[in-house]
Amino acid sequence: MEILLIDKVFLIVIVFAVSLVIALYSTLAERKVSAFLQDRLGPNRAGIFGLLQPVADGVKFFFKEDIIPNHADKALYILGPSISMITALMTSAVIPWGSYIEFDGRQIALQVADINIGILYVFAVVSIGVYGIMIGGWGSNNKFSLLGALRASSQMISYEIAMGLSIIAVVMMTGSMSLGEIVRQQHGFNWNIFYQPIGFLIFCICAFAECNRTPFDLPECEAELVGGYHTEYSSMKLGLYLFSEYINIFISSAIMSAMFFGGYNFPFMDLISSPNLLAALGLIAFFAKILFFIFFFMWVRWTIPRFRYDQLMTLGWKYLIPLALANIVVTGTVMLISSSFK
Amino acid sequence: MQLTNRSKLVVNKELSWSEKLYLPAIFSGMMITIKHLFRKKATIQYPEQKREFSKVYRGKHILKRDEQGRENCTACGLCAVSCPAEAITMVSAERKKGEEHLYREEKYASSYEINMLRCIFCGLCEEACPKDAIYLTEELMPANYDRSNFIYGKDKLVQPLGTSAHPKTYKPYKK
Repeated sequence: MEILLIDKVFLIVIVFAVSLVIALYSTLAERKVSAFLQDRLGPNRAGIFGLLQPVADGVKFFFKEDIIPNHADKALYILGPSISMITALMTSAVIPWGSYIEFDGRQIALQVADINIGILYVFAVVSIGVYGIMIGGWGSNNKFSLLGALRASSQMISYEIAMGLSIIAVVMMTGSMSLGEIVRQQHGFNWNIFYQPIGFLIFCICAFAECNRTPFDLPECEAELVGGYHTEYSSMKLGLYLFSEYINIFISSAIMSAMFFGGYNFPFMDLISSPNLLAALGLIAFFAKILFFIFFFMWVRWTIPRFRYDQLMTLGWKYLIPLALANIVVTGTVMLISSSFK
Repeated sequence: MQLTNRSKLVVNKELSWSEKLYLPAIFSGMMITIKHLFRKKATIQYPEQKREFSKVYRGKHILKRDEQGRENCTACGLCAVSCPAEAITMVSAERKKGEEHLYREEKYASSYEINMLRCIFCGLCEEACPKDAIYLTEELMPANYDRSNFIYGKDKLVQPLGTSAHPKTYKPYKK
């Protein structure tokens, strides 16, 4: 299968645009979901159902005065939101959006880069993402920002371990770290969630923590830290921070769907012979899963309050990490037993 | 002393292992919120929809005219006397020849002012009025940028000519 640069460029542009559009409309969805869960209607004045609301918000962000505080470290202050946004967008490179399409006699894989350490790449990039928050919080030279940044980094360290451990069990089962391969092995209805429910649970909880979403939104908890790491930010720099959060949600949802819910696979997919139709239906299935998880993120956010800091640490270190370790041991034992019976 | 049955005894017991995972509690909480997703919304979309007022709602005042379009008010001052907020002032004048179509009786209020910032909308002026002249309608008091604009004179209070609302009704006049 030859790979043409133009295909990849085309795919990258589409993935880039789609992540931005989904992040844009996640802001509206967040407000709508929160409103509906609280028996309200949410924004509905700008356009039909408020569909132009994100556009209006974006325009507002651009036209706001961009203030860099005098006491801030200018270089770091600008670097912070840039890192957040870049890393948020980089992760989408390894996600398999569909199997492949046949065009002009060639097979074009619907994945920007099927690298053999895909899931490791995701981890690496997401870990860099916290530098955006840390640098921004430090560069603002404000105690609330710094506290938010401190919380973000300690939370990231605590939950990254449990997240990695929960993935190890999946990698053990699959025998590959490539996201494309992990998804291919979940063909049809053979999804990982049926083998790794505990792993999914841990991964899901840690994904909430990595995205700084409620109940783990301590880095930006308004009640205690004014705005947390983005207290000093204004205009589009603030917009980038808020925006990268929604892109992270989108990417986390995509990875959760790909790792545990079969990605583009759906039941009875063998009945369809045309690869292009299969790719289209797979894309729809994948996006349905992603959208469900985005809704899930919002659903959780508007249901439960945030943890106290010690509860956060206790949950991470005392419960999730031992649980993840036990999950690895049980997975290994079951794999060993089942392979000896073959 | 127990005032309601809703008070709960606070017990500081240790959480069990499953409770420390918070998952059952989170799950039941999420079931509660998802029910609210489908519930009827409480929002009234204001400019298009309006909440219905209570039958005894007391809003902006109106100085009534009779069926021939003559002002009812005779500037007797009972409303000003009854007003607990001392919001009403008026100047009386004698009806001249040829003004019979404007004022019902020989005496009328040449100026009638209510300070809406003082008014507490109690409706005592309405009860005191012997001439069916002043009523509180269902109209809301509009906001303003200037305090001086809250002193409503006859230009804002008198029922516009050509409108026909029954004088003994709380409903606002319809144009």
